[in-house]
Amino acid sequence: MRSDPDVFVIGEDVLDPYGGAFKVTKGLSSRYPDRVLTTPISEAGIVGFAAGMALRGYKPVVEIMFGDFVTLIADQLINQVSKMTWMYNEKIDFPMVVRAPMGGRRGYGPTHSQTLERLFLGVPGLVVAAISPVFDPGEIVRRAILEVGQPVFLVENKLLYQEMVLEEEALEERFGFCRSDDVDLLPTVTLSHGDEADVTLIAYGGMVPLVLDAAERLHTEEELDCDVVVPHRLSPLAIEPLIESVRRSRRVVVVEEGVAAWGWGAEVVAALSGIALEAPAERVGAAMSPIPASRRQEQEVLPQIDDVVAAAIRTVDRTFA
Amino acid sequence: MTIVASGSGTASLRGLDGPVVTGADCDNFLRYRDMLLIRRVEETILDLFSEGKVGGTTHTCIGQEANAVGLIGQLQPKRDYVLSNHRNHGHYLAFGGPIDRLLAEIMGYSTGVCGGRGGSQHIKYGHFMSNGVQGGIAPIGVGLAFGEKRAGTGGIVVVCLGDGTLGEGVVYESLNMASLWEVPLLFLVENNRYAQSTPIRLGVKGSLIGRAEPFGIPATEIDTTDVAEIEPWAKKAIRHVREEQMPLWAVIHTYRLAAHSKGDDSRDPEEVQRFAERDPLLVHAKRLDDQRLSAAEAWVDDAVAAALRSAAASEFSATDNQPPVTP
Repeated sequence: MRSDPDVFVIGEDVLDPYGGAFKVTKGLSSRYPDRVLTTPISEAGIVGFAAGMALRGYKPVVEIMFGDFVTLIADQLINQVSKMTWMYNEKIDFPMVVRAPMGGRRGYGPTHSQTLERLFLGVPGLVVAAISPVFDPGEIVRRAILEVGQPVFLVENKLLYQEMVLEEEALEERFGFCRSDDVDLLPTVTLSHGDEADVTLIAYGGMVPLVLDAAERLHTEEELDCDVVVPHRLSPLAIEPLIESVRRSRRVVVVEEGVAAWGWGAEVVAALSGIALEAPAERVGAAMSPIPASRRQEQEVLPQIDDVVAAAIRTVDRTFA
Repeated sequence: MTIVASGSGTASLRGLDGPVVTGADCDNFLRYRDMLLIRRVEETILDLFSEGKVGGTTHTCIGQEANAVGLIGQLQPKRDYVLSNHRNHGHYLAFGGPIDRLLAEIMGYSTGVCGGRGGSQHIKYGHFMSNGVQGGIAPIGVGLAFGEKRAGTGGIVVVCLGDGTLGEGVVYESLNMASLWEVPLLFLVENNRYAQSTPIRLGVKGSLIGRAEPFGIPATEIDTTDVAEIEPWAKKAIRHVREEQMPLWAVIHTYRLAAHSKGDDSRDPEEVQRFAERDPLLVHAKRLDDQRLSAAEAWVDDAVAAALRSAAASEFSATDNQPPVTP
């Protein structure tokens, strides 16, 4: 907001002192009072409103309070925003960011814990991106708003708001990884132990800390060196870095917090199907169930670290349960 | 009154090719000519479909031309914005959109207004935009008007809705936002009494005019197909939005004389006939003598023929490797 006067923040409950349900916008309305707009509870309305502002030359950033509520913006995103420049045959920039926190593990229950970006994957004209702790989230947000130039649906994560960003040194020290980023605006980060890899673990967003822990366990307990590949652009799929790692390891586990069936992982596995693997690709995700509010019951539905570890071991030993 | 034929394939109602009439009683002539042009273009489009020359679907505004000419025709295309719907051709033409590029668009050519990608329902030309998903453009209009107000240009945004559109929730979200943020948005509701095959009594409850009042938005309505009545009413509405920089809900009770799209008209033929007696062209023609009527016919026939020639001369292209044609 400091560097570009056209950036405009729109959302529910975003004004100070409250500063947003997850405090992401805290301080902005005090500093930039004429560029932060608090809105009625009208998710569809405010996304359309943002599209109108984008048409008028602004760079609007819309906050959807809980990722579960993105169901309400489907028509605006799919039938209006994502098609705006293509169907009118205009080669202009149309910068607009809609951001929402996904994820459970806070006991919020069935309609406040979901991971629903899956609904917008594969929508032509819409970039779906996700922040993670292994690449400066502020930089991802900045690029989404100022550089991508087309509509971005940015996936944040409720638990990640409290996590630290893992700098290169931390990744090396704690996990023994060396990090390489590809050159995409919304890059894919590959964390590896060296030239060889036993298993490739692919994950984005809120699952990254869990997958890093799983990789650590696999390294110390199973002597399996995993590549952890973290895309920050989910759709269109950034396949090259995934291919590169899987060609080395020939074993792949894709992890997401959303329901495993019909999810992002399904597309990744399909996209990797041209590579000869040592074992069938594994997908880890939530069970085919709504998410219970009870924390204990929630654990049975959402993916846990054991699930990732087990999936990785299965690629080496198919008899492993 | 002198008439100068323009003869150019790129003619539009804004006389971009120069004035075509001078002298006394121009205004009545121009109103008739403009409505007649819209009528003939719509008929041409329907012919293209029935002759199998184009595919897809279209929704003509036959019978509602006075609304386009009377209200949209009074806007300023460089300053104002029009967000329209599936039944947009009259609005497009009255706002100054070139005829040949509309025809080319419907014919699927790359020289069409949207390179053949949008077709009849999804048009963008300058400050004119349309989308076929009912009500979806309403909140976009609010955002556009909000931005426009901040720019301080005095421009207004007109969002074109129908009676059926009043079923969509996002319209009410838009009323709320427009009032809350005090944007220069004119909600134009053309009540043609039917939503596709459904008469309004089966789809829309309560008062059309009263829908805006709960949001604190003033409302105005008119029940006529006479362009000479619509124009002053529209002028006041537009002035209100422009000068107050506030929203307005404006309802025109009207009737479409052709089918919802192409030939699927299940309405009572007697009812249609009754309304046909109030055809805006018939109503206004009474104000003009035979000489002016034939002059209008001649100009319109030339303009449409030229536009059709110009459109048909384009190469068909189904892909996007053509750069967009600049308006």
